[in-house]
Amino acid sequence: MTTDKLVLERHKYDVLVIGAGGAGLRAAVEARESGLRVAIICKSLFGKAHTVMAEGGAAASMGNANSNDNWQTHFRDTMRGGKFLNHFRMAELHAKESPDRIWELEMWGALFDRTKEGKISQRNFGGHEYPRLAHVGDRTGLELIRTMQQKIVALQQADKREHGEYESHIKVFAELTVTEILKEDGKIAGAYGYWRESGSEVLFEAPAVIIATGGVGKTFKITSNSWEGTGDGHALALKAGANLVDMEFLQFHPTGMVWPPSVRGILVTESVRGEGGILTNNLGERFMFKYIPDVFKDKYADNEAEADRWYEDQDNNRRPPELLPRDEVARAINSEVKAGRGTEHGGVFLDVSKRLSAEIIKKRLPSMWHQFYELAGVDITKEAMEVGPTCHYVMGGVEVEPDTAAAVGVPGLYAAGEVAGGMHGSNRLGGNSLSDLLVFGRRAGMGAAAYVKQTTASPVSDATVSAAAARIEAPFARSGGENSYSLHAELQEVTHNLVGIIRTGVELKDAIEKIADIRKRSANVAVSGGRKFNPGFHLAFDLDNMLLVAESTAKSAIGREESRGGHTRDDFPGMDMGWRQYNHIASFDGNQVSVRKQSLPDMPKELFSLFDVEELKKYMTPDEVAKGGSN
Amino acid sequence: MARTLNLRIWRGDSTDGGLQDVQVEANEGEVVLDVIHRVQATQMGDLAVRWNCKAGKCGSCSMEINGKPRLACMTQVASYGDDETITVTPLRAFPVIKDLVTDVSFNYKKAMEIPAYSPPADLKPGEARMEQIDVERSQEFRKCIECFLCQDVCHVVRDHEENKKSFAGPRFFIRIAELDMHPLDTLKNRKRTAQEEHGLGMCNITKCCTEVCPEHIKITDNAIIPMKERVADLKYDPVRWLGSKIRKREGIV
Repeated sequence: MTTDKLVLERHKYDVLVIGAGGAGLRAAVEARESGLRVAIICKSLFGKAHTVMAEGGAAASMGNANSNDNWQTHFRDTMRGGKFLNHFRMAELHAKESPDRIWELEMWGALFDRTKEGKISQRNFGGHEYPRLAHVGDRTGLELIRTMQQKIVALQQADKREHGEYESHIKVFAELTVTEILKEDGKIAGAYGYWRESGSEVLFEAPAVIIATGGVGKTFKITSNSWEGTGDGHALALKAGANLVDMEFLQFHPTGMVWPPSVRGILVTESVRGEGGILTNNLGERFMFKYIPDVFKDKYADNEAEADRWYEDQDNNRRPPELLPRDEVARAINSEVKAGRGTEHGGVFLDVSKRLSAEIIKKRLPSMWHQFYELAGVDITKEAMEVGPTCHYVMGGVEVEPDTAAAVGVPGLYAAGEVAGGMHGSNRLGGNSLSDLLVFGRRAGMGAAAYVKQTTASPVSDATVSAAAARIEAPFARSGGENSYSLHAELQEVTHNLVGIIRTGVELKDAIEKIADIRKRSANVAVSGGRKFNPGFHLAFDLDNMLLVAESTAKSAIGREESRGGHTRDDFPGMDMGWRQYNHIASFDGNQVSVRKQSLPDMPKELFSLFDVEELKKYMTPDEVAKGGSN
Repeated sequence: MARTLNLRIWRGDSTDGGLQDVQVEANEGEVVLDVIHRVQATQMGDLAVRWNCKAGKCGSCSMEINGKPRLACMTQVASYGDDETITVTPLRAFPVIKDLVTDVSFNYKKAMEIPAYSPPADLKPGEARMEQIDVERSQEFRKCIECFLCQDVCHVVRDHEENKKSFAGPRFFIRIAELDMHPLDTLKNRKRTAQEEHGLGMCNITKCCTEVCPEHIKITDNAIIPMKERVADLKYDPVRWLGSKIRKREGIV
């Protein structure tokens, strides 16, 4: 099938949002409410995005559970969790604006769990000093997605009343893959893609594109991510001339399911630990006490009695070490298993049955109970779960201007949510993702709207369209080439074995060569069958994106000769104050990815002064501490 | 313990199609979606199937397995006999696009017709106060993952395409019930419109929807029946009927 330009499906919008998870939907609402016409494009059906998988909650210092909480405390926790590599301005905006974003959801119909006073309930999570996560049992992500999905419908209903049609001003293009972001005269002009259902091609013309495509988990073998997490936005942005910042930092969530094999990697929410779940090895030892790093020694209990008391009295006891940031817990579990103290299936035990009654477990962790009962035959109200690390979240992503979410270097391009980088530094705290996507989804919508109002749209040229169409046609024209499923499996082996939770320079070098080889062969992928809903064809494009992501990650990881957050080097096990001063910037020249160092922006004095100097000395050089931040 | 499984898959599109037999390896603990993926990766690269989370949370991999509407990711291969052939077919109530993928746009159209949440005009963000016990009634319905198995199994539309126009289906009855029971929603006539505009009256309470719901939402008992009872009270109670005429009330509280 060739694309006849006379019949090519064309759409014109003010703003295109790629991705219909939390960030994309929040961005779309903002852009529409500022008066613009908006298209939302997503690979799945509307309402199925990976945000539905978020379980624990959304972090916001509303102070409902502990009135001592405030944005400054949330900001400090976020910076600590990221080991001070975060972009300070993003962490500041996030901490300040999260409460408003949660309350706004409530105005749109969200029904969070309540406190006794009838306010939004907040739960404990790793790395958060106070109970801070607004939640709905353990299905908070579903509540976010559904609330925003229904907000979009509400906007459509308003448009119908005013303009006579539901979809006149905001339309969801579901099951459509974007293969290219289009530029003319050095700025954004639209996007090109195909309907997954029919395989037929579509051109969108728009002066602004917001990328909100989520993560990259499918690049790895064991992951909590769905098939959609193939780094599309990361790759689309790279190819459009944007930068990716700090791609070496990947979060391996400490607790994924490990048994049976078919569910390996599926997330076990951190709420299990927040609600009092403890981690033990095959000797029955509660091992986390051995793994409290120096920088956190004053905040975490070093004995069981104190850790247990904390659940009742948080003001006079330190937190249990099960609630350390995720990178610490994941490494600890990895070490226990490597030392031969793991479970039969290569995990450790996570047990909440000894602390909570069956009734409370089923009420507070309903989907966990369901998930283990139905998929593993384990009743978590009576027995322990087996858990181990799973690739969960990428801290790295598109380099953006914090206030507007504008991608650095590409006028008209915006990025928000997991696909954007900088906010979480080297490690994200649980609960900060749902609030991130609300805060920066909204800011991206605002940023794009402001840009659209002061720019003129560039029409997409025929030459640009022809080139984009040729790329889609290519895999059908080949015969007897490589199989996209096998290449994907091969890539996952390479990343799992060589770019995983513990890395070495030698292995990373090997990985870079192997990824390059797979990329070379992927240029020869052939597709069987027709264009109509053909997963083999779809995977060919996803694979291309995953390969660029893997290359960016491996090349960023080999450069950073230290261990920090979601990047652990066996050959450089310590955290290095010198390296804290740099981000890694990946860019693409059309042929390969290259990575360079870039100085981190200086934290201004008013944010710097929120920290105890003694704490900063653990992360910063004496010169930085003496300087005390920028003016 | 790997074994060979006989899988029968419906393949085709809106014009033509039929069942095809394949043999595929099945391992301990695997679900039906795992073996479908294995067929896709090794034997039928273009086999169409929807899926996302593979953990029963997104409601994408809805299909009919041995004739029953189910999520393929939550259906254990081991729940069928060792010699039993497992037959997978697309949802019957919706038009086939290709293989196991159907056109579920009916549901998204119906979603647009349900009036949105309507908070009190003077409510400020952050000021809402609700009791846990009051939000729990609506929370039950908000567990819905929109797998549309209830829509598929409902006999009002399963074999009666002509009813689709005037029938929103169980998924949207719980949406209406959820809003109706929302402690702060101000729209007063939701039950009446459920009856008059969304086809609540066509449901004759066979509870098939409740049986297939993977989230175990009591669709019939907790949403449909209470709404039907209230509608019946209001319609047939002569005192109330008279009251509504005299005061000319818009809504029914």
